[in-house]
Amino acid sequence: MNFKLKVWRQPRAAAAGKFVDYQAREIPAESSFLEMLDIVNEGLNDRNEDPIAFDSDCREGICGMCSLVIDGIPHGPGKAKTTCQLYMRQFQDGDTIWIEPFRAAAFPVIKDLAVDRSRLDRIIEVGGYISTRTGSAPEANSIPISKQIADLAMEAAACIGCGACVAACPNSSAMLFVAAKVSHLGLLHQGQPERSSRAIKMVRTMDSLGFGNCTNHYECEAVCPVEISATFISRLNRDYGAASITDALTVG
Amino acid sequence: MDTTLNSKVPSGPLESKWRKHRNESKLVSPNNKRKFDILVVGSGLAGASAAASLAELGYNVKCFCFQDSPRRAHSIAAQGGINAAKNYQNDGDSVFRLFYDTIKGGDFRSREANVYRLAEVSVEIIDQCVAQGVPFAREYGGLLANRSFGGAQVSRTFYARGQTGQQLLLGAYQALARQIALGAVQMFPRTELLDIVVVQGHAKGIIVRDLISGEISAHAGDTVVLATGGYGNVFYLSTNARGCNVSATYRAYKRGAFFANPCYTQIHPTCIPVAGSYQSKLTLMSESLRNDGRVWVPKQKGDKRSPDQIPENDRDYYLERKYPSYGNLAPRDIASRSAKEVCDEGRGVGPAGLGVYLDFSDAIKRLGQETISERYGNLFDMYHNITGENAYQVPMRIYPAVHYTMGGLWVDYNLMSNLPGLHVLGEANFSDHGANRLGASALMQGLADGYFVIPYTIGNYLATQMNKKVSLDRPEFAAAQKEVQKRIERLLSIKGKRTVSSFHRELGLLVWEKCGMARSEASLKEALQKIPVLREEFWQNVNILGEGAEFNQALEHAGRVADFLEFAELMCEDALERNESCGGHFRTEHQTEEGEALRNDNEFCHVAAWQYNGPDSKPTRNVEPLEFEEVKLAQRSYK
Repeated sequence: MNFKLKVWRQPRAAAAGKFVDYQAREIPAESSFLEMLDIVNEGLNDRNEDPIAFDSDCREGICGMCSLVIDGIPHGPGKAKTTCQLYMRQFQDGDTIWIEPFRAAAFPVIKDLAVDRSRLDRIIEVGGYISTRTGSAPEANSIPISKQIADLAMEAAACIGCGACVAACPNSSAMLFVAAKVSHLGLLHQGQPERSSRAIKMVRTMDSLGFGNCTNHYECEAVCPVEISATFISRLNRDYGAASITDALTVG
Repeated sequence: MDTTLNSKVPSGPLESKWRKHRNESKLVSPNNKRKFDILVVGSGLAGASAAASLAELGYNVKCFCFQDSPRRAHSIAAQGGINAAKNYQNDGDSVFRLFYDTIKGGDFRSREANVYRLAEVSVEIIDQCVAQGVPFAREYGGLLANRSFGGAQVSRTFYARGQTGQQLLLGAYQALARQIALGAVQMFPRTELLDIVVVQGHAKGIIVRDLISGEISAHAGDTVVLATGGYGNVFYLSTNARGCNVSATYRAYKRGAFFANPCYTQIHPTCIPVAGSYQSKLTLMSESLRNDGRVWVPKQKGDKRSPDQIPENDRDYYLERKYPSYGNLAPRDIASRSAKEVCDEGRGVGPAGLGVYLDFSDAIKRLGQETISERYGNLFDMYHNITGENAYQVPMRIYPAVHYTMGGLWVDYNLMSNLPGLHVLGEANFSDHGANRLGASALMQGLADGYFVIPYTIGNYLATQMNKKVSLDRPEFAAAQKEVQKRIERLLSIKGKRTVSSFHRELGLLVWEKCGMARSEASLKEALQKIPVLREEFWQNVNILGEGAEFNQALEHAGRVADFLEFAELMCEDALERNESCGGHFRTEHQTEEGEALRNDNEFCHVAAWQYNGPDSKPTRNVEPLEFEEVKLAQRSYK
């Protein structure tokens, strides 16, 4: 298969970027999108042209490292997959494909298609955990948790932290990311003591780091590779609302 | 440096060694803990759990990873589960049984006391993870669920859908994040280790490269903890993430740490077969699939009928036939080799004939598609996405692929290398899995080392290091930094004709064919002849563009491939010298009449720990005899 690529090239964060045209020739239909880029990069390298920088690691859809916007969609066309799980057989021979980095003020470009998503780590650091020291845990079966609750918590916990939700949101909001973690931990018995403070700290930190707010576009849910449901945002709003009132009353 | 291998295994009965050792280990008082700086390299299960736990104790920790976030380390990709001897199923499990299964699974080539300790602390891991909020699967009554997993006759595997590794890593990552926020851990993402700094015979620092700016810097510490994973990517195609590499452990080897059993590599039986030469990785399908899927190939050579046209009588369910009591759950090495055998006989399926069927039709008939989907839905989806085939309707095609490496840096019972001050955890060390790792044991070992072993044992070293802090002014740091810089400049100056990847692919194919699922004296000698030639060509003909002082992914890859090109030779050398078959190391000269691995306990019941002697000399093969006090060495039988 042959493709025309329009790829965002940007030498460094501070430099201006632009789209550059490339030809991807003789690409096997069974290859993945990133393998197609590997082939293009080998060709560039052989012609002494700077290869296209892009992030990937596990290439099996779980690490959350790959992060391309393909034809305007974070992780490209198709439901519930990361960029690395996109296969060329899903395109038509001769297609023109636009390839950009995840775009958000909170995700500065490092080079070409690689972006800095470390602010997502900053959000987790302020409260995305249950404060338990190694060695202090009670016997695992001492607290039964209903299968229904455990399954729901697992659905939220499945977030791979890729940031596609931010890239897809017109406001560059990280609400789905925050909601997933707040819901995962807030649903479980073990997460109750810090449930309110966690919601407040994570939302306020998200705001302070340059992520926008949620205005219910549901673009996040549409691109999420692990199908985190936007209903978790309602759960977050409820936790955050209740916690803010308690917080205000306590402070007042 | 001391070249005798003292395992420091405590005396006394097996079941009380760890307790005794903990009681006798040196303590570092709280006001002294904050005086010690610990450098943790790697942020997977072992690294993140160690960094978080050590910081909780009051040590100053710096943690380094090459990924953009510690949450992305490759532990995340483990699907199946984590073993623990909780005996929640009342099916007769115990610490001893988990220990015995692990040591037998490893074909009696691991250190008894380490394995027993692993089984012992496994129960604490589950408690710890549940307290962190890891959403393990549960039964309707609210208690934790278990399943049985490759090579075990009891249900002791805890799991979180098909994402157990991810959920355990997020637990450890979150514990680490908490310590980062508290200022107890300083985190360095997108930072790669390029050398270990040895001062007066002790590992006291590291040289790293900031992968964004390209800046090279030195960090000094009182001890270095390597948790940098395995070397499976020496084969180019493996189930490992693209970034996984041997560089940290190989650099440590070149600085004096012994590399143990590098020939022990594990080939996982249930991966999606290779589709073409462009392929960048192989995708694992969790072996939990073997609980309900039946493995078969056509009885007749070259039978090209579609699977639904092949009647029962013309199918060979070869694992069930050869191993009636374990059947499709036979250990990984046996399942892998059996698949290779039937493919070598010309009975393989799929376009290239390098595949076998994993068929769920009986399980779907018995349990319904809904149950199968609940158990393995994400794996079926993944398979469909990659191959375009629906495994609810046609059998999956699977083939073995490199998955895990049991070899690693030699460590004693304290998880310290022979190079004092260098601790090694998780897949990066050699200690617990012998010649073959059982399913659901990698997660267990990573977390055991990080949460429950190193926090106790590191004191034994640090207590001897009071007032021995080294500063970055020492000449060893400047010298190591200069060497690293020179190597990068040299790589960039070659400007030859071939890409880094082309060398990596060629090396990978070579070692896969000559030192893969089956090895022989002839194949290994051939590899040992070809690897240096390829390495030579690499250093003369590789073409790396760009600069060192910038984000340069080809340069990152080049440094790793350069190390693989040296390491591959060590791996083949070890495979050649180990003139027996055991676990994942299958020498075709040594097999039983049924084609099983034939050990030679008289000559090879030992750990081979390789010592670097400089670029122009052969490494020395040091030996740690394996002494079994509790178990009797037996021929593994899964019939």
